[in-house]
Amino acid sequence: MSTKLSSPRPGNPQPGDTSNGTGTNVVSAKPVTWRTPVLLTVFGLIALVFFGLLAPHQTASFGISTGEDFFQLPALAVNAFAGGIVLSVLLLGLAAYALFLKTKDRPAPGWLTVTFIVLFVAAFLIWVVGGARTPSISLAGLIAGSVTLAVPLVFGSLSGVLCERVGVVNIAIEGQLLGGAFTAAIVASMTQNPFIGLLAAAVAGAVVSMVLAVFSIKYLVNQIIVGVVLNVLVSGVTGFLFSTVMQEDSDQFNSPPGLDIIEIPVLSSIPIIGPILFRQSLVGYLMYIAVLVVWVGLFKTRWGLRVRAVGEHPQAADTLGINVNATRFWNVTLGGAVAGIGGSFFTLVAIDSFTKEISGGRGFIALAALIFGRWNPIGAFFAALLFGFADNLQSIVTIIGTPVPSQFMAMLPYLVTVLAVAGLVGKSRGPAASGIPYVKG
Amino acid sequence: MVRVLKLELRGITKRFGTLLANDHIDVVVEPGQIHCLLGENGAGKSTLMNVLYGLYEPSEGEILIDDKAVAFRGPGDAMAAGIGMVHQHFMLVPVFSVAENVALGAEPTKAAGFLNLEETRRRIKEISDQYGFDVDPDALVEDLPVGVQQRVEIIKALVRNAKVLILDEPTAVLTPQETDELLDIMRQLKAGGTSIVFISHKLREVKEVSDTITVIRRGKVVGTADPAAPTAELASMMVGRAVSLTLDKAPAQPKEKTFEVRDLTVIASNGQHVVDGLSFDIARGEILAVAGVQGNGQTELTEAILGLQDRVSGSIRLDGKELLGRSVKEVLHAGVGFVPEDRKVDGLVGTFSVAENLVLDLYDKPPFAKGISMSPAKILENAKARIGEFDVRTPSAAAAAGTLSGGNQQKVVMARELSRPLRLFIASQPTRGVDVGSIEFLHRRIVAERDQGTPVMIISTELDEVMELADRIAVIYKGKLVGIVPGGTSRDVLGLMMAGIPPEEHAHTTGQAPAAATASTSDAEGNDHV
Repeated sequence: MSTKLSSPRPGNPQPGDTSNGTGTNVVSAKPVTWRTPVLLTVFGLIALVFFGLLAPHQTASFGISTGEDFFQLPALAVNAFAGGIVLSVLLLGLAAYALFLKTKDRPAPGWLTVTFIVLFVAAFLIWVVGGARTPSISLAGLIAGSVTLAVPLVFGSLSGVLCERVGVVNIAIEGQLLGGAFTAAIVASMTQNPFIGLLAAAVAGAVVSMVLAVFSIKYLVNQIIVGVVLNVLVSGVTGFLFSTVMQEDSDQFNSPPGLDIIEIPVLSSIPIIGPILFRQSLVGYLMYIAVLVVWVGLFKTRWGLRVRAVGEHPQAADTLGINVNATRFWNVTLGGAVAGIGGSFFTLVAIDSFTKEISGGRGFIALAALIFGRWNPIGAFFAALLFGFADNLQSIVTIIGTPVPSQFMAMLPYLVTVLAVAGLVGKSRGPAASGIPYVKG
Repeated sequence: MVRVLKLELRGITKRFGTLLANDHIDVVVEPGQIHCLLGENGAGKSTLMNVLYGLYEPSEGEILIDDKAVAFRGPGDAMAAGIGMVHQHFMLVPVFSVAENVALGAEPTKAAGFLNLEETRRRIKEISDQYGFDVDPDALVEDLPVGVQQRVEIIKALVRNAKVLILDEPTAVLTPQETDELLDIMRQLKAGGTSIVFISHKLREVKEVSDTITVIRRGKVVGTADPAAPTAELASMMVGRAVSLTLDKAPAQPKEKTFEVRDLTVIASNGQHVVDGLSFDIARGEILAVAGVQGNGQTELTEAILGLQDRVSGSIRLDGKELLGRSVKEVLHAGVGFVPEDRKVDGLVGTFSVAENLVLDLYDKPPFAKGISMSPAKILENAKARIGEFDVRTPSAAAAAGTLSGGNQQKVVMARELSRPLRLFIASQPTRGVDVGSIEFLHRRIVAERDQGTPVMIISTELDEVMELADRIAVIYKGKLVGIVPGGTSRDVLGLMMAGIPPEEHAHTTGQAPAAATASTSDAEGNDHV
């Protein structure tokens, strides 16, 4: 280092000489904490005691194929006790490996945590199904159903990604979903055309978002407060119109023609993958497209670079001639349109009519998925899938009749949300300027 | 072909409400020159440049490029006209790579708006090679040292074919060595045909590199100066009256050592040792200056002494009593006076009156309080005395502290801390953002406190201030003590120490042993005598 500093060409520091004199960027590796290994051990022990030692000696069976598949795979049958023991021993093995790595001051690798979660969920499934009155569920149905339930969540969290990446916190996802659901129902009913309903839902979501944009960007009102107020407003307006208009003449105003499931020939008959990817409604296919388009857009295009710059350091973007507030306005509007499409899923695909509060707080779960997915469209997609899975699991498990009270099972999606956001994400870093209005000068 | 560009500002006036930030300013930047705008903090230099860069609209006046009037609606227009700016606070997105930062706003694209960063990398490499910048286009900006980040900013301007480059207080964040490197780069750019507008209040740098100097005071051009003019003349032009640049202070009369720090370690929330095994002590009647580039543990060191840091180990003893583990209030009651580095955040409550701010740490003690009630009359009386003593320019004692100028705010903080008997006085960045006239006054007060027999600790990133005040200088780098040297040690030695090189190694690097450095060692116990 000393020889480098005495370099005869002061304007030309040596490669890698990043430690040269400036302490402001003292970078050191993050310390390895005990948190992950200890958490894994605790959950491993829980698995061993409940899913292993206390498991019923019944055989749990998991159907893999649906009736429409090419070929039928035999159902997977597992003895709950044996399966629980084997899986919890594997879990403890992973925990032990994490502990071992910690003693060597190395962090647990990502695959370890992911494998742990997958195995833990498997052990939980075997235990729940093994203890049920009818110890048999369709795994294919469970997964396909998860995707279905995740559709509005994915759209909602994509809306969040689009808004937060540009520096505006979107708490109003719930309102955008609800607005989309209502508008899709009423417009599709009146025109008897679900595609017009879908478009109208996007417009409705965009309108809700524009209100957020105008107040938070132009009038610098606290974004959280505007978002919360919008949720209440949309809930009130749709509830009012529901009881004064829709219920009065539900044939005309609340009987939208649904969007049918489109099966792609051949591909849709592949076991497990088929129903997930190729047996979806138009909204379902749009979801996959939207995730990819937003990801590519954000990280590969000029638009995305500018959007991210505005969300991270608006002043820097401004000094490079980028119109910060216009970028924000249009992105927030686009986000609203995306959430609106997600809302149409409720009334055009899932159920063929609108009811009050049909979005049922999914906008907030979408917000959690956004954080769990680390503000990345693909991450948010998988996070939303996880929540959809928890949601679907609790309804299926309640149907087959488990020893666990259904009220506890109903808590599952929210428990997963809290654990995921608080426990697993840790200190994740969102866009630096998110939530901060930009004022010139 | 190199396009050379003549830039003229004619009668630029900028008002913010009733405040006149720029008052009919005329400046002509000739092609291929380094033109310095010299002025104190708050003189209106940055406002002027933001007008030029299209960030502010001028209230009056016009900008001429090659004798043709232009109007900039935003920075985009300014850049298109060939003006580039490196802001004092870098305009870089920390989580982006160098290439992404350079591309931003003028992105080369392939079909359908897809980014073509390959093109940007090539341009960065070209410019890098031409000027010897050595910047890796794929490094993340947040991982780069400040000096390199500054080069990224310069590359940003050059990629956009800037013919006039505005550098706003570029040396404020640099080590002395990095500053020299920057001055070198500026000369190279000039040789390559780029004009530079260099904004600074540091006379030494200005004299070294400028071709022309325009002095700005209180929003007005007060004249132009020759870089060869004596420093004192430039200083008095800048301030508006004769200033003594050197402080007359008697040699220190150190008595017994009453303040001792041993093996002090502070661990940040990310587990990093931000202060790492520091040991030093201060005698009554001497000033120890802690020097170092910003962000090397200075903040955490002072916070640890005051009791604001949680994960601290080691020992801090004042008059034989341990301070570590005590509450802030107990530390203050032990006789510690503390001037924090950011007066607006930690030193003052901006919306409180000057009088209230003057008793922030005494409000619950007699004579200012009786039981649960406060005594406004006593508080006001105290305020009047302090305002007079410290020459605080305020409309009244009831004015909100936040409305005062930086120098006067600092005087309020200093007056409060020095208004009670002290056993230790710590001042962090005592004159940051303070006008030259007030600096002189504040420095005298600090020396007066020393002469009363108080151990004084100054934390400063300004080498000039350190050299002015210190009886001994402790240099820290990455939380560790590089060494403690006597007050008169040369800039070069201190500069190398601020880059982490202990004085005993300088012989290898410079080929000769600096006399001052060998006189002292980086004694880990820190008890070397002057």
